[in-house]
Formats: sequence, structure tokens, C-alpha cells
Amino acid sequence: MTEKKEFILTLEGVNKTFDGFKAINDLNLYMDEGELRVIIGPNGAGKSTMLDIITGRTQPDTGKVEFGKNTDLTKLNEYQINRLGIGRKFQTPSVYVEHTVLENIWLSLEGSRSVWSTLFARIGSTQRDRIQEILQTIGLVDRANVKAGTLSHGQKQWLEIGMLLSQNPKLLLVDEPAAGMTDTETAKTGELLMSLAGKHSIVVIEHDMVFVRQIARKVTVLHQGHVLSEGTVDEVQNDERVIEVYLGRKKKH
Amino acid sequence: MTRFLNKKESLILAIVSFLILVVLPCLNAFVPKESFFHVSDFTINVYGKYLCYAVLALGVNLLWGYTGLLSLGQCLFFALGGYALGMHLMLMIGKLGQYQKDIPDFMVFLEFETKYAETGGLPPHWMPFRSIWFAVLMVIVVPAVVAYIFGFLAFRSRIKGVYFSILSQALTYAACLMFFRNDFTFGGNNGLTDFKFILGADINTPETKRWLFIASGVLLLSVYLLCRWLTSTKFGLIQRAIRDSENRVLFSGYATAHFKLFVFVLSAVICAVGGALYVPQVGIINPSEMSTDKSLEAVVWCAVGGRSTLIGPMIGAISVNALKSWATRAFAEQWLFMLGGMFIFVVLFMPNGIVGLPAQLKALKARYIDRKKSGEEPAPVDATEPAPATKSAD
Repeated sequence: MTEKKEFILTLEGVNKTFDGFKAINDLNLYMDEGELRVIIGPNGAGKSTMLDIITGRTQPDTGKVEFGKNTDLTKLNEYQINRLGIGRKFQTPSVYVEHTVLENIWLSLEGSRSVWSTLFARIGSTQRDRIQEILQTIGLVDRANVKAGTLSHGQKQWLEIGMLLSQNPKLLLVDEPAAGMTDTETAKTGELLMSLAGKHSIVVIEHDMVFVRQIARKVTVLHQGHVLSEGTVDEVQNDERVIEVYLGRKKKH
Repeated sequence: MTRFLNKKESLILAIVSFLILVVLPCLNAFVPKESFFHVSDFTINVYGKYLCYAVLALGVNLLWGYTGLLSLGQCLFFALGGYALGMHLMLMIGKLGQYQKDIPDFMVFLEFETKYAETGGLPPHWMPFRSIWFAVLMVIVVPAVVAYIFGFLAFRSRIKGVYFSILSQALTYAACLMFFRNDFTFGGNNGLTDFKFILGADINTPETKRWLFIASGVLLLSVYLLCRWLTSTKFGLIQRAIRDSENRVLFSGYATAHFKLFVFVLSAVICAVGGALYVPQVGIINPSEMSTDKSLEAVVWCAVGGRSTLIGPMIGAISVNALKSWATRAFAEQWLFMLGGMFIFVVLFMPNGIVGLPAQLKALKARYIDRKKSGEEPAPVDATEPAPATKSAD
């Protein structure tokens, strides 16, 4: 049989039922280190529920959810999972609107998260450099001192990605990063994510097939809480079952 | 990051502190009664009370304005602090009570002498309160422990928003009912009263009242500086981040429950210390101090003054209470309606309270001028009126 390979993320036989509705049904997913994986699927396919299960927001009924070699994620809560190095970007951009862009990044930088340490924390020079570096990456250097609430929708999305990066996570979970963006913003987001792959393992959930085509190497199609198909964009798009699922509902581009 | 205190603020703070801590008491003590500048003993006593209310308001606001937790239970902690010091003051009456016994009057009246015969009528948990230091320690410890237990359970179960408000109110109501019971040993519905001495001084002389006023001023100043410092730290940033987007904070690796618990306990202690200084000035503490409307009043002070600032709640507490003491004399029956009406008005039309009023009027004026202009010229494409900051309720 197959030898035991080391994945950064392993989901095996995961099930989750909400009031009789099977949101996740015998889900198996394996992610290599440094991989950029795109997950697509019609509405209600269980994409966001899957992220909820990985990040500790939802407990699976049965199944194995492991991070790295043998860290069981089902036993941990949200902040413990985050501290292991799993960062999550929400579907709607959630940044601290009353704080400046710089403060947003500062609060997200890796480091102590205890109550006492925050009482006496100051921004050190290495932290300042790191913040500058992240602002450069997400293209918000000149907005460092404005309130995050005044940023455009696209800029908020980038800021949130920047906040994830500043945690220096091993695994990034990005939920619909291009939603509500203009075409140029979408393309820029794609470039940003591709530049991060390799250094980080990234899971991207997306609807926009142009965007998926731009960034995807390996695509997983979810349907009714189960993996329907997996492969390159072309393989997936030519898969009879995938076509059926999408045509049965609404034709995607 | 906001600086702790800049030069201009320090100057204003120094002037206001000087006025309250030095000038007012001096006008009370050294200016003859006939003089226009004389501040009456009554005024000193009343404003001493208001300063304690301002401390309570700061405690409420640290939770509501800065962390987004609307607690309707802060007057419970205010009252607990008051009871802890009140117990000491009761024991200081000595034999000067109605019954001329060693134990407080209500204990004689309730026949505690037979109930707690082995300790001479004094319930055992009252005994250490003979020491002022123990009483002061309990002013801090008891509310902190109650807040810790309640907060631990509430935040661990992720109780948020309006559910947290309701639960905190239920806790306060339960405590209120408990304190109403005579066999709870805290004086039942009469509470603790008829105090005679504090730190050996006669509690009813103008001089003692003056010192209590000064102490309240010092307390308010210290609490203000503490809050000011706290909200300028990274902790303060996280506090407000929890208010604006708790999930983001949680999924950034912060245990938000720990932060909320810390603020909740700190706020409880602040309220309690305010209550402890309040009691010797009004001369009584009873369960009505922890009734439902008291907690709501404190919330109204914050809203009227302007929450998410520190100055606002203090201004609100003092001005609403000044209004109250006038209104309850002029229209006693209608006061609660006025209070409710004021709250609704402020929430609807003055989201940033008194403190936010200048900015609001400025925006209104700008809009008026804009409209006047647009009457003469073609209308401008976009109005430059800054929208009032709104917070999404969780």
C-alpha cells in the first residue's frame, strides 16, 4: 500500500451534520507543504464549513483533522489553532476599522498573545521593519497611518491578507479573496497569492473561474460536502461529474 | 498609537484637578458664608457624590465604550464596594446606636444576639470588618471575585451582545433580592446607615465631608489616568479590536475571553472603589443601590456624555445627576420619563453624546453652507459631510 507521506494538512473521513443536513460527508483532503490549493464548488458544497472545522470554529462529528505530523486539531480551540500557525481570512473582509493600517498589522504580528504582555508592549525596531515589509507586500505603504475603515474594499482584503502574513503562518486559509474586486484588483490579488505559495501552504476558496485559472495548480471540487474531483484546472473542467453538477445548477464561465 | 498624555492635555488636566481638589474645598472652608464665592457644605457633599458617580461611569464605559460589552450590572459592584466599607462604618458606631449595644442596631432588632450568641450577636463574617484595612481590602476583593466568577462563566460560554446585558442584569437583580432579605445579615431593605465615625473623625462635620470630597476627586483623577494609560497601550488596541471585530481577534490567536475577563474584573473594582467612597458621603447603603434603574442610569450617563471617550462619561455622570437633583425637586413624578426620553434622543440624534456635539454642529453648519451655495450654483457632485461613526452591534 501507499507509504505514510507527511502532509501539512490531513482531513480523513470527516463528517458534520447540522440539524439533519449533511454539510460535510466523508471528506478526505491532503495538502502538501508549500502547496497552493484552490477549492471550488457550488453554494452549500461545504467549503466554508470545511474551513470552520480546520480552524476550530466547528467540531466535526467524526473523522480525523490533523496538522503536520500528528497534531489533532479537533481538540483545540480557535486561538490555539491559530497559534500553531494556521491563519484564516474571512469571506467578508474583517479588519479593525477604527485602527490604523499599521496598528492592524501590529496587532497581528507573531509574538506573545498574553494579556500581561500587551500591557507593556511597544513597537520595536525589528517589528517596525517587519510591518514595513508587509505593507510593501500588500501595497499599502502610503496608507499606513489611515484608519482601516477608510480603505476601499479591495484594500481591506489585502490588509487582511497582510494581517495573516504578519502572523507568519505555515498554512493560510483564504475564503473568497477576490469577491467584490475589480478585474485589476483580482489579478493583483492572484499575483500576491502566487508569490506567497512555496513559503506558505495556501488553501484558497474561490468562485471566479478566471481567477482560479490564474492561480491554480491543483483544484479540488467539493459537492455536497464530499470531494467530487481533484486535478488541474483543465482536468477538472473536463470531468463529466463536475460539468453535471455545475450545469445542473447554473452554468459557470 | 496614541500618546499617553500630550502637553496640552496635561495642562488642562492640571488646571481642572487644581480647581476641584484645591480651589473648591478652599472656597468652602475659608471664604465666609455671606460671600458670593462661598461654596456651601451642601454643594460640596452633592458634588462629592457626583464625583463617585463619575468613577462608576468610567467603569461602565471601559466595558461598554471600549470593549463593546454593555453590562447592566456595574451598580452591583458599586453597591458591593459600598457595603464592604459600610460594614466597617457600622461597627465604628459603637454604643452610640439607638439600643446602645456593641452591635449595630438592626442586629439587635433582628435578635441576632440569640442567633449568633457565641459571638455576642455579631455574625462571624462581620468580625474582621472592625479593621479599616480589611474593609478596604474587601472593597476590592469581593467585587473582583464576583466579577471573575461571573465573567469566567459568561465569556467561556461566549455570551455576547444583548444576552450578556440581560444576564448581567439578572445577576444584579438576584443580588438585590438577596440583600433585601433580613437573614442575609446586611440590614435587609434598610441597609446600613446612621454612620458616626470614619477613621476616628465625626462623619457628619463639614470638614470630614470636605475631605471625602477631595478623596473622591483624587480617586476620579487616578481612575481617569489609569483608564487613559490602559487605553493607550496595545491592550487598549485589542480591547477596541474586540469591540469592532471579535472574530478577527480570536482567529489572530488572542484568547478574547481572557481580555474581556480582565477588563470586566478591572471595571468591577473601579466601580466598587467609587461605591466605597460614595457611602460615607450619602450616609446610607441599601439594596436599592443595585436596583435595575440604577444600572441603566449609569449607561445613560455614558451615552449622554459620549461613549468611547473617557471625558464623556464623566461629563455625563455629573451633568445628568445635576439635572436629576433639580428635576426630582421640580417634577418628581416625571423624572424617569425624562431620563428615558433623554436616552432615546441621545441615541437617535447624538451618537457621540455631548463630547461629540461640536463636531456634529460643525458638520451641520458645513452642510447648511453647502446647501446655500448649491442654491446659487449647480449642485456639487458629492456632499462632504462626514458620516457619524457607527459601530456595528454584535
